Amino acid sequence: MMASSYNAKDEDGHITVSGPGGGTLRSKKPENTAFKQQRLPAWQPILTAGTVLPAFFIIGLIFIPIGIGLYVTSNNIKEFEIDYTGVDMSSPCFNCSQNFSWNSTRPCTCTIPFYLDQPYENNVFMYYGLSNFYQNHRRYVKSRDDSQLNGDLESLMKPSKECEPYAYHENKPIAPCGAIANSMFNGEPVSCCAHQTHSSFHLYLICLFTSLADTLELFYNDPNGTKIQIPMTATGIAWWTDKHVKFRNPTDNANLTAVFQGTTKPVNWRRPVYELDTDPQNNGFINEDFIVWMRTAALPTFRKLYRIIPKKNSMVPTLLRGNYTLEVVYNYPVRSFEGRKRMILSTISWMGGKNPFLGIAYITVGSVCFFLGVVLLIIHHKYGNRNNSADIAN
Amino acid sequence: MLQHTLNTLLSFSLSSQCVGEENWVDSRTIYIGHKEPPPGTEAFIQQRFPDNRIVSSKYTFWNFIPKNMFEQFRRVANFYFLIIFLVQLMIDTPTSPITSGLPLFFVITVTAIKQGYEDWLRHKADNAVNQCPVHVVQHGKVVRKQSRKLRVGDVVLVKEDESFPCDLILLSSSRDDGTCYVTTASLDGESSHKTYYAVQDTKAYHTEQEVDSIHATIECEQPQPDLYKSLLSVFRPLGSENLLLRGATLKNTEYIYAVAIYTGMETKMALNYQSKSQKRSAVEKSMNAYLVVYLCILISKALINTVLKYVWQADPNRDEPWYNERTDLVRAFTDFLAFMVLFNYIIPVSMYVTVEMQKFLGSYFIMWDDEMFDEELGERAVVNTSDLNEELGQVEYVFTDKTGTLTENNMEFIECCVDGHCDLVPSYLIDSCPRVSAEHEELFFRALCLCHTVQVKEEETVDGIKHGIHQGKSTSFYISSSPDEVALVEGMKRWNFNVTAMLFVFCFLIRFELLEVLTFDSVRRRMSVIVRSSTGELYLFCKGADSSIFPRVISGKVDQVRARVEHNAVEGLRTLCVAYRPLSPEQYQEVCHLLSGAKLALQDRDKRLAEAYDLIEKDLILLGATAVEDRLQEKAADTIESLHKAGMKVWVLTGDKMETAAATCYASKLFRRNTQILELTTKRTEEQSLHDVLFDLSRTVLRHLSGDCTDYGLIIDGATLSAVMRPGQEDSNSGNYKEIFLEICRNCSAVLCCRMAPLQKAQIVKLIKASEEHPITLAIGDGANDVSMILEAHVGIGIMGKEGRQAVRNSDYAIPKFKHLKKMLLVHGHYYYIRISELVQYFFYKNVCFIFPQFLYQFFCGFSQQPLYDTAYLTLYNISFTSLPILLYSLIEQHINMDILKKDPSLYRDIAKNCLLRWPIFIYWTVLGVYDAIVMFFGAYFLFDNTTFTSNGQMFGNWTFGTLVFTVLVFTVTFKLALDTHYWTWINHFVIWGSLIFFVVFSLLWGGIIWPFLNYQRMYYVFMQMLSSGPAWLSIILLITASLLPDVVKKVIWRALWPTTTERIQVCAFIPYSLIKFASFCRVNINQHASSSVLQMSN
Repeated sequence: MMASSYNAKDEDGHITVSGPGGGTLRSKKPENTAFKQQRLPAWQPILTAGTVLPAFFIIGLIFIPIGIGLYVTSNNIKEFEIDYTGVDMSSPCFNCSQNFSWNSTRPCTCTIPFYLDQPYENNVFMYYGLSNFYQNHRRYVKSRDDSQLNGDLESLMKPSKECEPYAYHENKPIAPCGAIANSMFNGEPVSCCAHQTHSSFHLYLICLFTSLADTLELFYNDPNGTKIQIPMTATGIAWWTDKHVKFRNPTDNANLTAVFQGTTKPVNWRRPVYELDTDPQNNGFINEDFIVWMRTAALPTFRKLYRIIPKKNSMVPTLLRGNYTLEVVYNYPVRSFEGRKRMILSTISWMGGKNPFLGIAYITVGSVCFFLGVVLLIIHHKYGNRNNSADIAN
Repeated sequence: MLQHTLNTLLSFSLSSQCVGEENWVDSRTIYIGHKEPPPGTEAFIQQRFPDNRIVSSKYTFWNFIPKNMFEQFRRVANFYFLIIFLVQLMIDTPTSPITSGLPLFFVITVTAIKQGYEDWLRHKADNAVNQCPVHVVQHGKVVRKQSRKLRVGDVVLVKEDESFPCDLILLSSSRDDGTCYVTTASLDGESSHKTYYAVQDTKAYHTEQEVDSIHATIECEQPQPDLYKSLLSVFRPLGSENLLLRGATLKNTEYIYAVAIYTGMETKMALNYQSKSQKRSAVEKSMNAYLVVYLCILISKALINTVLKYVWQADPNRDEPWYNERTDLVRAFTDFLAFMVLFNYIIPVSMYVTVEMQKFLGSYFIMWDDEMFDEELGERAVVNTSDLNEELGQVEYVFTDKTGTLTENNMEFIECCVDGHCDLVPSYLIDSCPRVSAEHEELFFRALCLCHTVQVKEEETVDGIKHGIHQGKSTSFYISSSPDEVALVEGMKRWNFNVTAMLFVFCFLIRFELLEVLTFDSVRRRMSVIVRSSTGELYLFCKGADSSIFPRVISGKVDQVRARVEHNAVEGLRTLCVAYRPLSPEQYQEVCHLLSGAKLALQDRDKRLAEAYDLIEKDLILLGATAVEDRLQEKAADTIESLHKAGMKVWVLTGDKMETAAATCYASKLFRRNTQILELTTKRTEEQSLHDVLFDLSRTVLRHLSGDCTDYGLIIDGATLSAVMRPGQEDSNSGNYKEIFLEICRNCSAVLCCRMAPLQKAQIVKLIKASEEHPITLAIGDGANDVSMILEAHVGIGIMGKEGRQAVRNSDYAIPKFKHLKKMLLVHGHYYYIRISELVQYFFYKNVCFIFPQFLYQFFCGFSQQPLYDTAYLTLYNISFTSLPILLYSLIEQHINMDILKKDPSLYRDIAKNCLLRWPIFIYWTVLGVYDAIVMFFGAYFLFDNTTFTSNGQMFGNWTFGTLVFTVLVFTVTFKLALDTHYWTWINHFVIWGSLIFFVVFSLLWGGIIWPFLNYQRMYYVFMQMLSSGPAWLSIILLITASLLPDVVKKVIWRALWPTTTERIQVCAFIPYSLIKFASFCRVNINQHASSSVLQMSN
């Protein structure tokens, strides 16, 4: 045994000696470099119970506290959710949901009272949620023209064919084109009447005389009976980069009406894109509601940020405990595909909204690691020693 | 006058030929100098022959693109990708055609460029050859022509050191005797000068005018590729000694005239360059099996999704939500195709490229290996095909030649035995060599001096292999195709016998005139010469193997010689017997008649020659025997022992006689002291019937099979073997012979087959290859007689020996010495197998991880074929994010140190029987891939589930979802490889961390800019927004950990509870060198454990 282990050494030595001593016949002699001889210096780790053990314990010890932290954080987040679809007879919006007809001219409104049993501090985020809405359907996802949305004038007049069948309407290019824009959920609460009427000759296109957008408004019912509208802001609900880079109006010209001359509004829209808001910084393609809608959700049940209720000051909670009323301008039809509509009020921590999953997962993985660490320790003690040291003693 | 006779002779012979010839088409008629046949001969059919253009190139400028495309798309994989690409072009697909078109285009282009470049090189070489000038005799003048314009029938003038432009029949040479010398180094690597003869009738024509006046016809066979066989006929028989082959070079002869008979692509050289049949490795076969499985998975995935899609749509609410348009049921097929396209990445194009690159680049390590370089020969290992690298790690049967492979083939003449008086003659005893005054003594040495085909080569430097030993003062070498002869002649020279007169064999010596040479062949196993002494006596000297001489001997001291020969054979010496036969002039006439009759034969000439030889070489008088020692090659025994320990069965296949071969086997430790030898030889079968012997042996073997670990060695000889193999005997149980024989062989650790003809060697290999277990065979040999088995075996290895380059040319790998086989198999083979199996498994694994989340996503996107990942990620995943680490792993991974592999051959057993690519392992990898995919997908799913995870309340969309999964995916598969890597050089660090960094940088860049040429900006800032969220980081870390956890645990637990030998060794190797004593203890234990685990297994 001893001899054989030294042999290798000798051979090694031999190679290094004979290597550089190239003579006349050595043209074919391979170069004696570490790479070519496959003898590059290398670190040769192996995963044994001994080496992995500490790693498992460390992972366990790190993951479990992180998990607990996450779980606690998630639990401290306050979240309130109302389904206002109006499926039940008792629901205030039942009439609206039943009475929905594609060609009603008058928006249906319903009022949903609710009670917040705890005050919401800091900024409160208001989301609208949709269920069973396949925003991630392939033909839906691709049905948009990013060049048009980026303010490209050529694309404005010639939308990409990806937008079909929502690219042209009555030989006019649609701005913004595509199915995503066409099905936009939320718009600015502007109570105006229909501008124009459509006669529908496209079989598959349903012309709507009303804006599809639902509008949500929140009122605080003061104990003394007054109804105070909660101020909400719509800025900062879309990604900054989307608002400022990815989405741009065709020109910076304030007169958007002129810019969108020659285009037509999406068929399901009531108002053209340049009338989404009165604020020029939130109008046209850079309307934040529009941008939020254009970011297609990953899963069929999703929520999107609707409004932010900014905190007033640090002393008073943003939303006091008490009775509230949600006023919904009920426009958006979801019954046809058994969808649900929700309104969510949520506070936000550093880790986002309420989601116990991450915390639980961390705790689980951490505990599993710890447990495996213990198992491996036992194995290591029972069998690891048998392999090495025990036999040496013999 | 002479010409006249010639012409008449010619026409006569031609007509007789034609009458006798039955299948006219099989031969061609050539008119020397394109002269019309004399009027009156039969219907003159002008045959068309190709011109002398050599076309080794495959393509022309015009057909390159279509032909190359056709060839490339004939490969199933490429065709599959092409179909996918076309489907993407035709239907409304989920992913852009670029995602599969770009990689395919890349692969096809790279291959096309490589093949185009190779073909351009061939074109250049062809042009150089085709345009080189040749001298042609036309109308009595020598004209220069381009080589390609040469036609059959042209008379060509070739000068010294020029190579022949096509296959030629030598008409005359500048030498008076009508001979010329030729070296065929470029054909078979033999640098010896061979002598060729001019046609007798024309050898006097020395000027172009004279040559031009020849009217003659040559009839010869249609071209056939056998380099060493050709059958020709003019008015007088022509043989291979008249035929100058293209590619050979004229030497030592001023000029020759010759007529072209085979031109261009019909020359023997061109016919021989046609490619050999492709060998495919076991790994490739398993890879293809996996591919089929994955194809099934792919199709079933697509089917499931298509069906589910329509089930899902059956709900009226879902069929046509107003925000989306409807799909018809009619479009189900398109949907199926679209799903196929979406999931097609599960079979990646890049796997083929990576595997090919791994094989090609990996084979360089064999060539670069310093330890496989032989100082003496100045040669290093050669890789002729890189397709079989991993097969080197799977060898179960090694078939080795003896002479030149196990032994040095460096013969030394050490003993001669004349009439039973034996002289042991080491070189220092030369002078005291007793000259027993005997007529036989004289004749014996005369026979040795005359009966050979040795040539003397003077002064020149030999470019090829040196055949002779450098002689002190006169720098001359003896050159022969048989090393025994060199040894004998050198021995003679040392005895100061009359060798100086032997400068050129076939010359007319002072005392003897060489009349006929009955050349050596491996069936007869002897050669003879017929000489006439100066006194006019005629002798036939015959030299050959004892078994082929003794039956033909009628007198002489047979018994003594036989005893001596057998004694020598046991010592491991090569023996030759020498005999002679005085011939009377009448007998000589008869001999001449027989020979010329046989040589003239147009069909079955070999057979008829053999019959003639058989008749001539009889009634011999035994002179004596010689003994030549052929030393074992350095470390041959060690190598064989290692191969044994590695679980390989080593068979020696030799043409030598049993005793010699057995002695060599003992010396090389193939047989050991305790090996029980089973004999299956003619000697035994004479006593008992073959049937009984076989059953006897199998009973012996099977009896000891249980319990007793007796080592069996089998010796079988050629004759018995052919009896065993003979098919279709009348009695029904003969068919079982093969089975019984195989059964016996399976239980023998070593088998020696002696007295084998070359074809029998191949037969044996084939027999083993076809046996039930389909073991992987390796054949190793150095001579032309090993070519057949080298070609037959799964892996053929050539030794750069002394018997020419035939074996090397036909082999898959060539090594300078037998001892290099050890490193080739135990180290390189082992590594390549480990590497490529990981490569294959990992590739499938990483694509399961890649595609399975996409499959799951379909359940959440209404089966709409929405891709989870962005196009760039889909395209680049296999090309750049995850390709380099595995390629590098598959090139330089060393799971165990090289020295340990060499020291401990039993490690080779760990990978036997393709164990890393068996189904359980494959399923493990696939399950692991599916698990990882589920963890990644649902991890991201629950994170995204109806909530936000940014601190500003903003929401993420579907592309962030995909990017999160993809990020986890890239990191997980890379880390998985990192966990499998046991050999971390700086290159590994660079590539593994480098590709992760590349992924991050690419993602930042890809999302960082509004790309002007893209019509979508879906990835804009997606990656950065994701990274700006804390929970995204946390979940990436969590999911990677969770994905890797089971594999790590499995590894650790398996290593602790059921370690393989490899893993035990790894633990020991982990211990630093300073603890060598500890390590050696460890090794003992390992062996104990190994054996105990084997026992457990058997229980």
